[in-house]
Amino acid sequence: MRVLMFGWEFPPHIAGGLGTACEGIVKGLAHNGVETLFVMPSASGDEDQSATTIINASDIAVDTLSSTVDEFLGKVKFIHIDSDLVPYVGPEEFSNVLEEERRRQVKDFRIQYGQKYKFSGKYGANLMEEVARYAMVGGTIALQNRDRFDVIHAHDWLTYLAGIAAKELTGKPLVVHVHATSYDRGDEKHMDTRVLDIEKRGMEAADKVITVSDLTRNIVINKYGINPDKVVTVHNAVDFSGRENLMVERGVKDKVVTFLGRITFQKGPEYFIEAAAKVLKRTKNVRFVMAGSGDMMNRAIRQVARMGISDRFHFTGFLRGTDVQKMFALSDVYIMPSVSEPFGISPLEAMRTNVPSIISHQSGAAEVLKYAFKVDFWDVDAMADDIYALLQYPALSEFAAKQGYEEVNALKWNNATKKMIEVYKSVL
Amino acid sequence: MYFQVHQPTRLRLYRFFDIGKDSHYYDDFANRTIFKRVAQRCYQPMNDILLQAIKRNKGKFKVAFSISGSALEQFERYAPEVLDSFRELAATGCVEFLSETYYHSLAALRSPAEFKLQVNKHKEMIQNLFGVTPTAFRNTELIYSDEIGSMVYDLGFNAMLTEGARHIMGWKSPNHLYSNDIEPKLKLLLRNYPLSDDIAFRFSNKAWNEWPLTTEKYVNWLNQADGEIVNLFMDYETFGEHQSESTGIMDFMSHLPEAVLAGGLKFVTPSEAASKLKPVADLSVPEPISWADEERDLSAWLGNELQQDAFNKLYSLTEKLSIINDGTLWADFGHLQESDHLYYMCTKFFSDGEIHQRFNPYDTPYEAFINYMNVLSDFIIRVNEALAEKQ
Repeated sequence: MRVLMFGWEFPPHIAGGLGTACEGIVKGLAHNGVETLFVMPSASGDEDQSATTIINASDIAVDTLSSTVDEFLGKVKFIHIDSDLVPYVGPEEFSNVLEEERRRQVKDFRIQYGQKYKFSGKYGANLMEEVARYAMVGGTIALQNRDRFDVIHAHDWLTYLAGIAAKELTGKPLVVHVHATSYDRGDEKHMDTRVLDIEKRGMEAADKVITVSDLTRNIVINKYGINPDKVVTVHNAVDFSGRENLMVERGVKDKVVTFLGRITFQKGPEYFIEAAAKVLKRTKNVRFVMAGSGDMMNRAIRQVARMGISDRFHFTGFLRGTDVQKMFALSDVYIMPSVSEPFGISPLEAMRTNVPSIISHQSGAAEVLKYAFKVDFWDVDAMADDIYALLQYPALSEFAAKQGYEEVNALKWNNATKKMIEVYKSVL
Repeated sequence: MYFQVHQPTRLRLYRFFDIGKDSHYYDDFANRTIFKRVAQRCYQPMNDILLQAIKRNKGKFKVAFSISGSALEQFERYAPEVLDSFRELAATGCVEFLSETYYHSLAALRSPAEFKLQVNKHKEMIQNLFGVTPTAFRNTELIYSDEIGSMVYDLGFNAMLTEGARHIMGWKSPNHLYSNDIEPKLKLLLRNYPLSDDIAFRFSNKAWNEWPLTTEKYVNWLNQADGEIVNLFMDYETFGEHQSESTGIMDFMSHLPEAVLAGGLKFVTPSEAASKLKPVADLSVPEPISWADEERDLSAWLGNELQQDAFNKLYSLTEKLSIINDGTLWADFGHLQESDHLYYMCTKFFSDGEIHQRFNPYDTPYEAFINYMNVLSDFIIRVNEALAEKQ
């Protein structure tokens, strides 16, 4: 069995959990005897290719049939508004300018034939354009490698179009993997309908849909209207390979409570800060760390300053590589107060490092973890209670650490990927 | 004419992982590089120009300086030859050295005891280095209020410099001597900011309708000004850094003294002015003013929550430090009080990362805050440990 996999990021150059999950998946599949070709928009060359072969989409020149392309361009609305578009025009003139801009961008798009396109592989202003180009390149790669795979596996909306293109051009079955949905990322009034559209198309075109949790599976069935028989939950896992727990010398003598992730609405940072302020009223010998960066970081910093706890609440900025392990090794409690988390690998990583975790009920991880403390994301009092208890009662924290470690020990990618292989078999 | 000389002791990139492990807070490399550069572009050449002008005019050209303790320390470390040139200036008898807080800090706003300590420390250093005892005072960034003025008087000064800010002057002119509302024996010299800024800010601005500024034109304006005295207070970095040498500002300054004297005007030092003139009125300043930004108040240092929290956390340590009374901790405490650290956290002009500040080591005010708080957290740990040992 061989798989053509479409991803967007891969360690070490990651922004969130998607890359980590993909690495775990290809390793688990390899362990179970399944070869993968992993396509990503912009590979940097220092990815670990021991378990998979990475294809860099920026290295491929496009030569797909134009009719397929036209169909895409007609359906995909990826116009981005440039900043030099002046707001002082009336509605009619504005729509003319917009149409002009759309024609120009379509024309530029076509000119790229026979050429390679350098993807940024990031999440920038022209993301939609990159997604559309990725689809074209994806189709080309599928054609070029049609004898080297049996199934197509596409991760998250960024790659669904590429998956669809690959399926249409080679006739092989498509499995889409939902790691997150628009409904998790923001509130319903402000969703990007273009992304929603792509998500839905991907799920409908796929032969099977894998979701990372029952929480997400319900969203796919109820909000996207997909047939329940088509949707399978395969919970994410955590990678244990090649990680001896770092022995880190502690700088601060106080206990450390850590939040590690993107500082954005979805992850509930403000609840963490409020809980921290509550705990600090009760006990002084603790420090709180928010490790990561994101669009709400500046606001979080201001909130901390306003509450007068900035000498006990620290921000580390985005942590890379071994700094992440170091942070876990320094922590006594890990907390993930996510507002809506499709899965949430980070508490598993914490528990793997013997750090007891507090997670929100509104996460996929809560479905599989028995030995994590669960609270509702808005329940700051419960959060503060759990933090305080873990800090004050060593018997509790030792118990949670030990049981937690054994629990995640069983949640390996080798097992999760076995389920994925069953899904592959069901579509062949 | 009065010139301010100060350079902060910038912090290095200090991460959360360093807290509790590493107590060396300062970016020696950056501080040294910047200091040597400013010395070469500004301090040394301007000192030479002023020295020549003083000698040429045989005692009729006089200026005043205030050099912060933080700057003096760096002079000793990185540019002792410039310190020598300041000594030469002192020896002419035409240069007055003012007093200020050693660490260029905002202590006056929060801790009278700390304020007193810093003023005395600074006075001592000036005496040691230049052999003179200051009699006139200027607070950090010309921050002033009635209360601060009265504190300064109690420390033995009878003249103080501050800003002729529009919102407290109203219809009054800054070109007279005033006195403090609480303690009328403290005389106030107010900066004439239009004329000072003509040189400090507008000199090289080609869009300015008075560009280019010549000494004739400027002396004309000085003559036309009302009142008895014109106070020109400027940052010494104006000459060579803010306004580079290529704008011709050094030339301008070397010809200015003669032009002024030829125009029938006289130069005085702040203390001379305070003794020669009579104050025309009391000046009421209930809320602190400064020479910073359009607002001329404290918002550049204490305007947002980040600055306020940092400020509060810092000054909450004074009692503990007095009990411990350790020299190294006092020194670090002093450096952490340098007003620049708070200034870097200012969000007033912050929009999408466009900060335009000289030698600001940080890209955003949030970085400035995080870095400072990391350092402060480590400092607090050391203070608490020292306190525990003592008890």
